[in-house]
Amino acid sequence: MSASDPRPAARPANDPRRPYVRPMAGWWQRNPFFVRYMAREGTALFVAAYALILLVGLVRLAQGEAAWNGWLEALRSPASILLHVVFVAVFAFHTVTWFEVLPKTMPPLIVGGKRVAQSAITAGAIAVAAGASLALFGIVWGLTR
Amino acid sequence: MSHSTTPGRPAQTRRSPEPIFWALFGAGGMLSALIAPMLAFITGIAVPLAFLLPADAMSYRNMLALAQNPIGKALLLAVVAFFFWHAAHRIFHSLHDLGIQAGNGARVVFYGSAFVATLVAGAALMLIGF
Repeated sequence: MSASDPRPAARPANDPRRPYVRPMAGWWQRNPFFVRYMAREGTALFVAAYALILLVGLVRLAQGEAAWNGWLEALRSPASILLHVVFVAVFAFHTVTWFEVLPKTMPPLIVGGKRVAQSAITAGAIAVAAGASLALFGIVWGLTR
Repeated sequence: MSHSTTPGRPAQTRRSPEPIFWALFGAGGMLSALIAPMLAFITGIAVPLAFLLPADAMSYRNMLALAQNPIGKALLLAVVAFFFWHAAHRIFHSLHDLGIQAGNGARVVFYGSAFVATLVAGAALMLIGF
């Protein structure tokens, strides 16, 4: 067994068999489809990071005005702005990939006796997300101007 | 998949908690797919730079009013909690893709983190009051 083999060494050292174990390291880098798959799954790390920032914000809000203003000040740092630019890009990728998977996870959608194409469902859902995002911005804009 | 087993029960009747985690994953995935790009833009770019939105949009007064409003409270909790559950489930299942054997210990770490985050968010919102 090679050192990179992820499986635990279950066989005794004096086992005469030497079965071939396909190495797993870097498997997804050999195929663009799997690279995209791993990028899609990797968006979760950024979702977790953003959720943690928001959670800290909630805690700071509960601690009072000075704590909250400190959190706001941290968000104004160039590093934070840059991080959020990355968040926006990664989350947009998440939106697209999430709705690419959506038609594969739902029963066939029949309209007028014909099955709606998966690409049409994806496009429709992305349009809904765009509408929801504009609505969110509109609500925030309306409440704070 | 190696779920904790109850001795004496046949495998077919063993209940898996997976549907619950998948539902939380799905809720967070859907919510973030709908609004996460705009939300990150608003909280992390537009308001800090006073770009398109006023600089005091997220002032203490405004955010306190949002967090004290029952609907605002529910929305804040939904965003934070569902985002955490979504991320925890996805990262947990990605461990297998990375060749890491993830068992119940990893389950406790990932789903436990999301659970603690949910509790902390709920506690903060309760402290803020109504």
